[in-house]
This record gives sequence, structure tokens and C-alpha cells, in this order.
Amino acid sequence: MLRLSGVTVRFGDRTALDAVDLTVEDHETVCLLGPSGSGKSTLLRVVAGLQPADAGRVSLSGRDQADVPTHRRGLGLMFQDHQLFPQQDVAGNIAFGLRTGVRSGGGAGARPGAGRLSKAERAERVSELLELVGLPGAQERAVGSLSGGEQQRVALARALAPTPRLLMLDEPLGQLDRGLRERLTVELRQLFRRLGTTVLAVTHDQGEAFALADRVVVMRAGRVAQTGTPREVWQRPASSFVARFLGFENIVPATVRERGADTPWGRVQVPKGTPSGRCELLVRPAGVRLTPPEEGLKCTVTGITFRGGASAMVSVLLQPVAGPPLTAESPLSRAPDLDETVGVTFTGHEVVVLPNAAEPA
Amino acid sequence: MSGPANGLRSRTVSAEPAVHDTGGPAPGANASRPPATRSVRRRAAGVRLALMAVPVGFFALFFAYPVVTIVGRGLRADGRWQLDRVGTVLGDPGVQQVLWFTVWQALASTALTLSVALPGAYVFARFRFPAKRLLHALVTVPFVLPTVVVGSAFLALLGRGGALDELWGVRLDTSVWAILLAHVFFNYAVVVRTVGGLWAQLDPRQEEAARVLGASRFAAWRAVTLPALVPAAGAAALMVFLFTFTSFGVIQVLGGPRYATLEVEIYRQTASLLDLPTAAVLTLTQFAAVATLLLGYGRLVRRREAALPLVAAAHTARRPSGAGQWALLWAVLVTIAVLLLLPLGVLAERSLRGPDGGHGLVFYRALFELGDSAAFLVPPVEAIGNSLAYALAATLVSLLVGGLAAAALSRRAGRIVRGFDALLMLPLGTSAVTVGFGFLIALDEPPLDLRSSWILVPLAQALVGVPFVIRTMLPVLRAVDDRLREAAAVLGASPFQVWRAVDLPLVRRAVLVAAGFAFAVSLGEFGATVFIARADHPTLPVTVARFLGRAGELNYGQAMALSTILLLLCGAVLIVLERVRTNNAGEF
Repeated sequence: MLRLSGVTVRFGDRTALDAVDLTVEDHETVCLLGPSGSGKSTLLRVVAGLQPADAGRVSLSGRDQADVPTHRRGLGLMFQDHQLFPQQDVAGNIAFGLRTGVRSGGGAGARPGAGRLSKAERAERVSELLELVGLPGAQERAVGSLSGGEQQRVALARALAPTPRLLMLDEPLGQLDRGLRERLTVELRQLFRRLGTTVLAVTHDQGEAFALADRVVVMRAGRVAQTGTPREVWQRPASSFVARFLGFENIVPATVRERGADTPWGRVQVPKGTPSGRCELLVRPAGVRLTPPEEGLKCTVTGITFRGGASAMVSVLLQPVAGPPLTAESPLSRAPDLDETVGVTFTGHEVVVLPNAAEPA
Repeated sequence: MSGPANGLRSRTVSAEPAVHDTGGPAPGANASRPPATRSVRRRAAGVRLALMAVPVGFFALFFAYPVVTIVGRGLRADGRWQLDRVGTVLGDPGVQQVLWFTVWQALASTALTLSVALPGAYVFARFRFPAKRLLHALVTVPFVLPTVVVGSAFLALLGRGGALDELWGVRLDTSVWAILLAHVFFNYAVVVRTVGGLWAQLDPRQEEAARVLGASRFAAWRAVTLPALVPAAGAAALMVFLFTFTSFGVIQVLGGPRYATLEVEIYRQTASLLDLPTAAVLTLTQFAAVATLLLGYGRLVRRREAALPLVAAAHTARRPSGAGQWALLWAVLVTIAVLLLLPLGVLAERSLRGPDGGHGLVFYRALFELGDSAAFLVPPVEAIGNSLAYALAATLVSLLVGGLAAAALSRRAGRIVRGFDALLMLPLGTSAVTVGFGFLIALDEPPLDLRSSWILVPLAQALVGVPFVIRTMLPVLRAVDDRLREAAAVLGASPFQVWRAVDLPLVRRAVLVAAGFAFAVSLGEFGATVFIARADHPTLPVTVARFLGRAGELNYGQAMALSTILLLLCGAVLIVLERVRTNNAGEF
């Protein structure tokens, strides 16, 4: 469906996108994940034709888009702050893409003038979409009277109305409160499944990306840092940058010898087949086992954080006698007290060797 | 009075509530404050009344009273109103011709100004290019120029022996084109600043959203940007129409005997023919037309308050890309150079000529001499000092009256107060000639015998200055977040300390800007001043007009020299203003 090769965008001497390659298959939901300034939104703008690329190719359904203006690309784009048209009511906003006369669908490519709908058909489509996003009967409401969540839904309905072959979402749920965000993420995922929509979304929230996406693309400073399913990325971060961005903190330099690695925390078991030499090591909190003080690495408990949510787990912040601080995970019932001295051992299958230690994090 | 526009200022007034939607409380948000006790409320009303007393008194005494007196002088005979004169005067074919010309030249000027200035508004709003800020200031210079200087500049360019005449033998001063072009020259900034100011703040992503939904570049502009701009463009058009409808100085200089607007005709009837009844009817006609226009304007401004998603103007401008955008940018720059800068340049060049065809300061030197004619009682150069002194006094009066009115209007506004708001713009559209002559007739008896007092001129000039002061200060005062005052009060500040700590720092800059505009406008006031300035104390515009009314190269050259001095004075004031304003977040 969408294929980017070597796309580069420069703003003055700052490179926003640096030779990015990316593909999105039909009916796939891909999430671009990265900190702000990593080039995610610029990438969406390049795909939409709102931002010319300095180098590289964008092709949709196998057709190069270099000479195709924005309005003929047959895309949907949901802006971060919605950009609903204040002069038009809800129905007017949703019907906008139906009136412009360029419709596209099912990967057939943009067909100018094809499928222009009559007024009655448009009204029917609008009410259909409002039904779909859970706002039935909102046609005549003024845009200004909508709450944040409602604006979100109208923006989504507007983007979906012309059945775009690729729907792009820029921080789709960024401005909503947590509860609404989690509910909408699930709803969106189900909706895209049902409609078979191809989606390219951008977010800086890993939870959102993991919940929404079939595939996650982690970006860093205009480059793709890692691509994979949410599970792959979470289990095997490709670099310490990705690991840290996902919220992991137990990362230390290490030297691998045979089945173990020498770290400031002592010797840690590593997966079979890990090549010898210098690298960085991630120990997921679940792999940090708390033991009585006489066993393993001796640590002082410096902090305990309740995670909230449904899980009864707490994060335990530890200061080992040697090496950087550690985070461990513990059930609430067995959590140690503050300032208590505990021991720590590491479980091998929660240890991840981060390959490119050469690159500074 | 064909003074400069207040359209610029009112832009902020209307854009401001929209900005508020995302930030602090809107002006009307005061209503949600906890209910005040009766005594507090009564005291607030008392304060408002006290603040209002001076402006109301000022306008009653120096605007309503003179105008009513002179209209009454014209329309009352034998102790009765002679309203049948209205029909007689308006039935006169000569008057009808004047009316027709007034309307159509105003319509044509407005259409021409819009078509020339709207591309300029777009370029200033959306493109980034070198020296943009300087150019933005330069474009505004004509707008604060005295109309007489505008007339002289076009005379120097298009008139007999003008630059075009010398080069190609083209003369336009006998055609209506000179008038229309001068009006475009004068009002270009109104459109660029009113429309362009809003345009620059419209979020470009609105258009992008439409583009992604399948709208072509033009369709997106038409569907999203145009509706957002229509009220602003309409308000700008109305302002331009108002200024050209009441145009006096420009037509007086360029119109010759063939073309006269209502205002020029009022002057002719009053000053030359002493036909007060006709002048009174014409004044009333103009008054009715202007009041209707202002009502429409008020309605447009209110409509403009529909909340638009506005963003900081600095983020929306980009370097032009593509041949089309570069061509547009250059077209606008060339237009500005030819239409706005060339006349000013020619004016300055003319003033530096000598009788022998070379260049020198002959005309400037001549300003220091009394000359052989009996036209002047004092050396013309004294007009500079007079003008500066008058303008200074007028500025002080404007600041006092306008500041008090703005302070009163910025408080919780009821319907009556809002009506007062619109009323304050009336002096801008009322016949300045009538006001001037009314001053002479009404203010010459005790207890108000000001006829021989120097204060008469600054008072008349302040009538045009006050609306500017109000338009500048009101949005700033209204924008002061009430919670700031509350925070100061909670920290133990007395009302005076609150004012000094919160209001004053925010308003100080607006006061400076208001003072500058009031000064420039007073400096250029012509229609009223021409009546009341005493022969031994002429102002610059009056002297320029007198020079232009006399034959001979020396008179013409001296007019150019004085106009250049006036131009430099106004330009200097404006550039200082731009500097003050660049630190100011708000668009004017």
C-alpha cells in the first residue's frame, strides 16, 4: 500500500527525516513511535504531500506520488488538534470530503470526479459515520460546542467519510484524559479491524502504540530505530535508546564471556548464543528477583512506587553496593520496606543483550 | 473627517475575544464573578459615571454642540425648522451629481483598493522575505500622512509638469484616476493590516485538513480561509468606503473644478458661497450615510467574533516556493514600489529642485522668507512649530479624553456603554468642515468664547485623535486578566497599588502607541483646521494647501518642501511606533 524509500527532509541545517524506509501493507495498522522531534509528524506530512521531500520516493499502491498533489492522493489525515472547520457544523465537517469530488477507495487509487454523492446520499453517509463513532444525531451541533472527546470522534468520522485508502492519525488521542484514551484505543482497534482500514498512526505514547498497532516503528532523530510487532519490540529492544524510550532503566555496559556477562552488578547470565565481547545489557524489572540479604547482590531499598491500574505490582527502586540503581518488580504483598537491605539475583530469560553498544545512547 | 483609519485598531478589538477563548476570561466573563454587594456595585457604577463624565462632556461641547448649532443655523428660520429645504437641496441636479460622484468614486476606490491590497495582505501574512518588517512599516506611512500631502505627492507624480508629464507627457490630474490612485495609496495599509493581520493568524493546517480531504489548493482556500476572512475583508472595505466617501484633502488638491465629494461641496457651500442651508442639508446627508455605515461596521465586527482557531503569526509565514509564489511576491513588491513609494519619492525629489532645473534647497530656504505676496502673515516655516505645538496639545487632550473613555468602556459593558462605543467613531465620519465652521459659530459667545483662543485648533484635532486612542487602548485594557488584579489584591495591594502594579505596565506601551497615532493624525488634520487656524498661526497642511492654491513654480516648490517635512515628521513618528510595537505581542 504505502512504500517510502530513502525519504529525507531537511529544515535548514536540521535533518528532520534521514533516509527513511517504511512500508505499510494493506489492512495493516502501523504506529510510528518516538519522542517529540523524532520526525514522526513530518513523515505523515510527506506522505500526505503537505511537505515536499528533499530526497527519496513515496509510492501508494505502487504509484510514485511525486507529482500527485495532496488532494488527489486519496488519504485521510486526522490532525493532532483535529482542525475541525469552525464555520461548519458537525455534518458539514464530515461531509466535506464527500463534496470535494475526489473519492478513492479500496486501493483503486484516487479517481477524480468518480463517485460524487447526491445530497441525500451524503446525509445518509454522515449519519452512518456518526453512528459509527458513537455520536448519533449530532449533525447540526456547532463544532465549538463539542467536548474534546467528541471533537476527536467527529475528526475521525470526517477522515473516514471519503473511505481513504490510507488513514493517517497524528497523535490521535494525545489531548484526552487517560480513561477516555484507553477506551478509545480499544474502540479504534476494533473499528479498523472491522472496516479493514489501512492505518499509519503517530504517537509518543508506547501504551497507545502497543494497543493500536500490528507493527510498531520506533523513530529516533529522523531515523528508524526499530521495526517489529509490539511484542517483538517490547521483548527485544534493538538498542539502549529503544529500551530507554520504552521505559526500561536497568541498562548497564557489559562484557560477554561464555554463558555470562560481567557487569557492575556482578556476573549476569545471558541467553545462549550471545556473541562474546562488549555490549549493553538490559535486565527487565521482572528479571530482578528479590532475595534475603545474604543471597546475591546486596542492595538498599531507596523507593517504592505503586503503579496503579489493575495490577497489584509495585516498582522497587534499589541502590546496589556496586553499580547504578536498579528497578525491580514485586507483588504488593511481598514488597520490602523503605531502607531495608535486600539481596538481588537475575533471571536469565529477562535479560536482553542490546547489540549496538557502539552507538551512544 | 477624512482622517486615517480606525479600522486597524478595531481589528484587535474583534480578534481579541477569539484569542480569549483559548486563554483567560473573555471580557464578558466578569459576569461569572461572585455577586457583589449592593454598595460595591453602586460604587462601580459611580466610578464608571465619573470616568465617563469627561468624554461625554467633551463630545457634547466640542462635537454635538457645534454641529447642531451650525445645522440649526442653516435649517431654522423665523424660529421654525425649515425641513422642506431638505427636499429642495437634494432635488438640485448639481447636488445630485455631487452625491452620485461621491458614491461611485467611493465604491470604485474601495473595489480598486481591495483588488490591489488583498494580494498584498496574503503576501505579508504568509510569506517570509527579507526586510519584511521595514516594508510593513513603509506601507503604513501613507496611511498616517496628511491628506493634503497625499494630494501633493500625486500632483507631483501625475499632475502638470509632474514626473509622468515630463517623461511621457502623461497627465492624470484632470482625470478621476488620480483620485482613485491616491485613495488606494492612502488606504492600502487598512486592508493589508486588517485582513493580513487576521490572515497571518489563521492556522494553515485548516487548509491542509481540507486538502487531505480532497480539496484542491483553491477549493481549500475558498472553503476554509475565505469564510474566515470575509468579515475582516468586509470591515476593511467598509472602512475604506467610509474614508473615501468623506474624502476631502485629496479631492481638494486633485479634483479640480470638475470633481467634488459631499465634503468638498460642503466646504464650497460654507466657505465660498456662504449658503448655510445647503451646507446643513449636505452635512445631515453625510451624517446619515456615515451612521448607517458605522452600524453595518459594528455588525460586521461582531460577526467577526466567531471563534476562529488563531495561532501566533510568526509560525505561519514561510519562504515562497515555486514560480507562482515568487511571481506573486514580486508583483506585490513592484506594486508597493510604484504605487506607494514612487509618489513619496517624487514628492521629495520635487522639493529639492531649483528654479534652474538643478537640485538644491531653494524651496526650503524660501520657506524662511515672508515672500512678496500677501498670502502669509508669517514666514511659512513657522507653520512647522505651530503644527508641532498644536499636535502636542491635541495629543494630550486626546489621551486624557480617550484614556478616560477607554477606562470606562473597559468595565463591565451594558448595552448603553456599547452604544457609546460606536458613537465615539462618529467624529471620524462627520464632515470636518462642518465641525470647523461650527466651532467658529458656536464657540464665540461667553461663557465659551474660545474664538480667539489657541486651544480651538487642538480641540478640533483631538476629535479625530480620541477615536484612535480609544481603539488602541480598549483592547489592551480589556485583555488584562482580572485574575491578575485579584492575585495582587489577595497579596494585600490597595486598588491604587493594583492599578500601578498590574494595569499600568501592560497599558504603558499602548499609551505610547496611542499617543503616536493621535499625534500623527492631529498633525495632518485639515478639514476643520483650515477654518479655525488663525492666519498668523497656520498649520503645515493649511499652509501646503494655500501654496497649492496659488500659481507659480516657487509656490508649488514650497508646497512640496513643506509636504516633505510633514512626510518626514509623520514617518519618524511611525517608525518609532513600529519599534514600540515590535515588542508588543498583539497585532495592531
